[in-house]
Amino acid sequence: MRTIDAGEVTASIREMSIESNYHVDPAYVRKVEEAKAGETSSLGLMVLDQITENAALASAERVPYCQDTGVSIVFAEVGQDVRIEGGLLEDAINEGIRRGYRDGYLRGSVVNDPLRRVNTRDNTPAVIHYRIVEGDRLKLYFAAKGTGAENMSMARMLKPSDGREGVIRTIVDHVFNSGGNPCPPVLLGIGLGGSIEKAALQAKWALFRELGEPNPDPLVAELEEDILEAVNRTGVGPMGMGGDTTCIAVHVETYACHIGALPICVNVECHAHRHAEVVL
Amino acid sequence: MQSIDLPLDPDVVASLSMGDMCELSGVLYTARDAAHKRMLEDAARGEALPIDVAGQVLYYVGPTPPKPGAVIGSAGPTTSGRMDAYTPRMLELGLTGMIGKGGRSPAVVESIARHRAVYFAAIGGTAALLAKRIKEVELIAYEDLGTEAIRRLVVERFPVVVAVDCRGKDIFAEGFKEFAR
Repeated sequence: MRTIDAGEVTASIREMSIESNYHVDPAYVRKVEEAKAGETSSLGLMVLDQITENAALASAERVPYCQDTGVSIVFAEVGQDVRIEGGLLEDAINEGIRRGYRDGYLRGSVVNDPLRRVNTRDNTPAVIHYRIVEGDRLKLYFAAKGTGAENMSMARMLKPSDGREGVIRTIVDHVFNSGGNPCPPVLLGIGLGGSIEKAALQAKWALFRELGEPNPDPLVAELEEDILEAVNRTGVGPMGMGGDTTCIAVHVETYACHIGALPICVNVECHAHRHAEVVL
Repeated sequence: MQSIDLPLDPDVVASLSMGDMCELSGVLYTARDAAHKRMLEDAARGEALPIDVAGQVLYYVGPTPPKPGAVIGSAGPTTSGRMDAYTPRMLELGLTGMIGKGGRSPAVVESIARHRAVYFAAIGGTAALLAKRIKEVELIAYEDLGTEAIRRLVVERFPVVVAVDCRGKDIFAEGFKEFAR
């Protein structure tokens, strides 16, 4: 049994929340840069230019890339031979968010309750997902998830007869109808199979994959490519004002499901792709 | 690229067309979800609004806290569709322009045309860049709303695109057509 101090968790979460908000995923910025060559809309090209310029500026000046510094999403992979000392893991994570959002001049964007809607001012609580895994390490994944894109996410129970084509059509229609709201060019995290909540969790988890890495299952990788191509044929374009660059990458995660079910969830990520991970 | 002074002159509004790239300079006011809700609750009770929106431009933004020495934190546009429920009433009160991101409902587009107003799109997520164009900030009302409080901004060469012009031409409804394959 290995012991990890809760203070270490707090320090790591604090650091990740600040740094990821100042420095968005450089792979995303590279993909936007590459997309400029194929963008035939002059307005779209102007948008892509502003996006890469903004990334460089935020990074150089150490300021938030986007004013929506997101709801804090944490995936904690807890080795079953780890013991946390000095407090609850959940409290340690939330303390890290509290300090990070305060010290990093990040926006508190969380209300205490969906009906009372009083801003907690320090962005707590985080949305935390735990997984028990082998080993004596604690791996923490952090993401700052902006709500423009999160609000354009969707879960639906398709019929098995809808099949692969139904999956593609559902996603393409959905992205088209979302227009400029999710701040395209977007990344699509898609959970396919499982149950309604499993699909949603997989869709979120898919966003943490290294950008543009195909699913190891060739059948799924081919589906990812076909969705990407179809979404980019919609013409929605950068910020929804028309163009060729609507989607940067598609990550699909699958899971076994009921004989009568085809659950699907699309979690949309904006071009402010902020995530980080650490192993303790 | 057109240079435009704020508050907006009605003749300038009439001259703008969907898709025009503009740089705005002058005064505008921030308001997003909670401030809209509260302003219209004030109006419904017959009370004066904390700002006279007649002839003004609202920017849908909730900035990050400023770092020491900065006038404002990062300050890009938020999703305008969430203000759709309030916008026709704001236009009736004389609002001339809005800055946000993403599409508007058909009812709002129709209302913009009826009131000869304009909806500008700023580039969502480019909040560090846009903050550079904000030169002065003054807290006006609803301080308890924090980032959602109403602030008066002075901007210089603030980059936007005409998304819905005063004839009701809407880039979010039409922009994709040329590029759909």
